[in-house]
Amino acid sequence: MKGQFRFLLAALPLAVAIGLGGLFYDRLGKNPSELPSVLIGKPAPEFDLPGLDPGQPGFATADLRAGSVTVVNVFASWCAPCRIEHPILTKLAGQPGFRLVGLAYKDKPEATKAFLAELGNPYALIGSDLAGRVAIDWGVYGVPETYVVSKQGEIMWKHVGELTDEVIARELQPLVEKLAQ
Amino acid sequence: MKSLFLAATLAFAALPALAAGLDQPLPDPAQEAKARAIAKEIRCLVCQNESIDESNADLAADLRRIVRERVAAGDDEAAVKRYLVERYGEWVLLRPPFEPSTWALWFGPAAILLVAGGAIWLRRRRPAPAEAAPAPLSAEEEARLAELMKDGDRS
Amino acid sequence: MIAELGHFALILAFTVACAQGTVPLFGAWRGHLPSIRLADTAAVLQFVLVAGAFAALMHAYVTSDFSVANVYANSHSQKPLLYKITGLWGNHEGSLLLWAFMLSLFGAMVALFGRNLPDSFRARALAVQGLVGVGFMAFMIFTSNPFLRMDPAPLEGQGLNPILQDPGLAFHPPFLYAGYVGISIAFSFAVAALIEGRVPPSWARWVRPWTLAAWAMLTIGITGGSYWAYYELGWGGFWFWDPVENASLMPWLAATALLHSAIVVEKRDTLKSWTILLAIVAFSLSLLGTFLVRSGVLTSVHAFASDPERGFFILVFLGSVTGGALTLYAIRAPALKAGGLFQTISREGALVLNNLLLATATATVLLGTLYPLILDVLTGTKVSVGPPFYNATFMPLMVPLIVALGIGPLLPWKRGDLFAVLDRLKFIALASVVAAALVLWLTMDAPLMAIVAFAFAFFLAGSVILEFVDRVRLRQLGLAGAFRRLFTLPRGAIGMSLAHFGMAVSVIGIAAATGFAQEHLGVMKAGDTLDFGGYHLTFKGVEQVPGPNYTAARGTVEVEGVGLLQPETRRFVAPPMETTESAIHSTPWGDLYVVVGDKAGEGYATRIYWKPFVIWIWAGGVIMAFGGFVSLSDRRLRVGAPIRRAAPAAAPAE
Repeated sequence: MKGQFRFLLAALPLAVAIGLGGLFYDRLGKNPSELPSVLIGKPAPEFDLPGLDPGQPGFATADLRAGSVTVVNVFASWCAPCRIEHPILTKLAGQPGFRLVGLAYKDKPEATKAFLAELGNPYALIGSDLAGRVAIDWGVYGVPETYVVSKQGEIMWKHVGELTDEVIARELQPLVEKLAQ
Repeated sequence: MKSLFLAATLAFAALPALAAGLDQPLPDPAQEAKARAIAKEIRCLVCQNESIDESNADLAADLRRIVRERVAAGDDEAAVKRYLVERYGEWVLLRPPFEPSTWALWFGPAAILLVAGGAIWLRRRRPAPAEAAPAPLSAEEEARLAELMKDGDRS
Repeated sequence: MIAELGHFALILAFTVACAQGTVPLFGAWRGHLPSIRLADTAAVLQFVLVAGAFAALMHAYVTSDFSVANVYANSHSQKPLLYKITGLWGNHEGSLLLWAFMLSLFGAMVALFGRNLPDSFRARALAVQGLVGVGFMAFMIFTSNPFLRMDPAPLEGQGLNPILQDPGLAFHPPFLYAGYVGISIAFSFAVAALIEGRVPPSWARWVRPWTLAAWAMLTIGITGGSYWAYYELGWGGFWFWDPVENASLMPWLAATALLHSAIVVEKRDTLKSWTILLAIVAFSLSLLGTFLVRSGVLTSVHAFASDPERGFFILVFLGSVTGGALTLYAIRAPALKAGGLFQTISREGALVLNNLLLATATATVLLGTLYPLILDVLTGTKVSVGPPFYNATFMPLMVPLIVALGIGPLLPWKRGDLFAVLDRLKFIALASVVAAALVLWLTMDAPLMAIVAFAFAFFLAGSVILEFVDRVRLRQLGLAGAFRRLFTLPRGAIGMSLAHFGMAVSVIGIAAATGFAQEHLGVMKAGDTLDFGGYHLTFKGVEQVPGPNYTAARGTVEVEGVGLLQPETRRFVAPPMETTESAIHSTPWGDLYVVVGDKAGEGYATRIYWKPFVIWIWAGGVIMAFGGFVSLSDRRLRVGAPIRRAAPAAAPAE
C-alpha cells in the first residue's frame, strides 16, 4: 500500500510532463500572437466615419445594416502588406454577393487617395479613421485586417494580416455565401 | 502567417506619430497617477511583453489616450479595463482575470506551497523506521573509525 | 572547404556521441572494462570534433564567407569583427552549435577531471551526456545545419540588425548556455545514480562542483541579460517576466535548490529522492527553454524564427530526455532508502525550507509562463500573465526565503535552538526595522512591498556579516588574526557567505529601484532647467548626428557637477528600425537615466528617471557568481574517495 503510494508520487512528475508535452504538441504550428476577435457574433460598434473628401459620405454603422453582407477591410497607404493584398481585394470586389468597404486607418486622406489612385479603388465605401479610434472599437491592432459583417450588422469573422486566395477560398467565400441567404 | 504579422507590425511601427508627439498628461495629478497605474497593467498588443505605459508604439500611445479619457470621464479602474476588454479580450490585461478559469493560476502557488509543505510535515511526523542496531565494532574497526572521523564535519 | 570540414566534424561527433551513449552503459552493466573506458575517450573526442566544427563556423563568420547560408543570413561585411564573432550564436543554427559545444566541453571535463568518480559511475554519466549530445547533433544535422552552402554565393550578408550589435547582448548567451548546459552534468549524474539504483552521500559531493560552475555561469548570464535590457530598452526596466526570461530563471531557481539540497544529501544521507528529481527537473527546464524559443509556441522577444518541423523535433527530443529520465525515476526512486534524521529546527531543516520555497517559486514561474498556453488549448480563451501576477505570487515567496537565508547558516546541524539564534540576531533585526523606518520617512509614499523587501534584505546582509565575523573570530583574534584565519576557512563557507550577501545586495537594489524610483516625463525646450533626483539639469536641445549606419537625433542634457548626458534616438536604414540609446549616469547611490524622444511642438519629449541603488541589482549578481566560483575552488571538492591500490578500477562504486 505504502509502496504503491510512493510509486504514484514518483510517477507524478512524469504525468505532469506528459500532460505538458501533449499541450505543446497541440500548439505547434499555430501562431501565439494572433488574437481572436472578441466581437464575433456581436453587433458592429456604433460609428460614423467621414469620407476622403470633405462632404463626401464615408461609412457608418447604418451602412452595415443596409441589407447585404459586408466585407470591411482595414488598410492604410503606409502599410506594405496592404499593397500586396490589394490585387486580391480587387479581384474579390468584382465578385457578386457582398460589398467591400474600406476603413482607412490613421492615414491622411491625401495619402489614401494617392494610394487608391495608384492601385485602383476596390471599395464601395471608404471611411477615413484618422485618429484610429473607430478601429480600436473594432478591436483592430494592426493592418491589414478584414472583417465579415452579416446583413444585420453583426461581426461574423475576422482575419488578421493580408488576405490570400487560400483564406478567401477556404473561409471567407463560404461564410459570405452562407450569410447571404 | 507570423512573418506577415511581423511585417504589419513593422509597418505599424514605422508610422510617424500623427497625433501630438507626446502624451498630454491629465490636468489633475491624482487622475494622471491613476491613469498611469492602469496603463501599467494594459498589454501593448503589438509589442513583445510590454505594457502600454512603457511602449513607444503608436497603438500604445492611442490606448494610453483612451485610458486617460476614460479616467477623466470618471470611470474607475474596473470600468476602464472593461472598456478595453470589450474590444480586445482578456488578453489585453497583464493581470490575468480572477475567475473560475484562472483560479488554478491564482491559487496554484499557495496550493503548491501548502501541499508540499504539508507533505513534508507529514513525513517528518511519522516515526523513523526502526533500524536494527548495527553490530558493535571490533577494536581495529574502532581505531579505523577514529582515523576517519578526524576528517569529519568541519563546516 | 572549411565549412565542409566543419560539417564532417559534426557528423563524426554525432557518431562518436552515439557510441558514447550506448557502449559504456553496456560496459558498466556487464563489468566490461574497455567499454567503460570508452566513455572517457569518446567524451574527449566528441569535444575535439565539436570544437572543430565550431571553429570552422567561426572561421566562416570571421572571413565573412557568405557562401555559407548561416553567415549570409546573420552577418555582414561591415560588422565590426567582435560582432561577427558573436553573431555566430545569435541565430538558431549557430546557437545549437554553441549548445553542442558546451555539452561536449562539460562532458570532456568530466572525463578528464572527474577522476574522483568511480569508473562505472562516470561511464554511465558520460553515456547519458552522450545521449543528450546525440539529440542535439541529430537536430542540427537533420533540420538545422549551420554549414549549408549557397550557390551562387551572395556578395553581401543580410545580418546587420543593430540591436544585436551590442556588447551586453552579444556576450550574455555563452554564459547562459554554459549555465543551462552545465546543469546537464547534474542530470547525467542523477540518471546514472538511478541506473545504479543507489545515491550514496558521496554522490552529492561529486555533483556539487559541476552544478556550482553551471549555476555561477547562469547567474552571470541572467545578470548580463538584465543589465542589457536596462540600458538598452529605454525606460530602465530590467525584468519583464517574458517567457524566455522565465525559461532562464527556472533552471536557476532549480539549480539553487539543488545546490542546497545536495548539502543535506551529503550530510545526512537523506532527501535523496528529492535531490535526484531536482537534478532531472533543472535540466528539463533548460531544455524547455530551448523548446520555447525555437518552436513558436509562445511569443517572446527572444524567439528565433519558428518552424513547426523544428519545434516537433525538439518536442520529441525534450519528451524523450525528460520522459525517459522521469520514467526511470518513477521506477527506481521509491526504492531509494531514506537515511539520517534531523530535527525540524536545524540547519538541515532550514535547507528543506529553502527547497520548499524555491521549488514553489519555480513552479509558480512555470505556471505563469505556461498558463496562457494551457488555457488556450483547453478553452480557447487567451489571457495574459504579466508582471502583476508574478508580483503577487513570486515576490511573497522571496521574503521568507531571505529570512531563512539569514537564519539558516547560524543554525547548527541536526538540532538547533531557534530562539538562541534569534537572540543572536536581535540587534540586526532591530537595525533592519530602524533602517526600514528611515527609508519610509525619506521616501514618504513608497510601496509597502519595497520597504518590507528592503528591511528583510538588510536583515539578511546583517546576518551574513554577523555569521562571517563570528567565523573568522574577529572579536577574539582582532583584525590581523581574523584575516589570517580567513585563509584557513573552507572556501565553501566563504563562498556561501558571499553568495548570500550578494543576494541581499541584489534584493536591496530591486526594492530600491522599483519602489523608490522617481520619474519626470515632459516636454523640454532648449534652455529648460529641471531640479531632479538631487541634480540640476539643463536641456540643451537636440541635433541630428550621422552615425556609421544610422542617423541619430542626439539630445544634450547638462548635469551640473557631472557633465553632459547625450541620449540618442537612432534611425537605421538597413533594416529599417529605430532604437533608443539612453544616457545613464551611474553612481553607487543610484542612476540618473535620461531618454529623449520625439519632437513635440517646440520641444522634445523627455523621460528622466532617478533609480536609486539600481546598480546593486547586478553588482549583487556578480557577487553571487563570484561566491560560486570561490566555493568551486574549495580543495575539498577535488579530494575524492581514496584510491584503492589493490582492487582494479572496474569494481562498482565506492
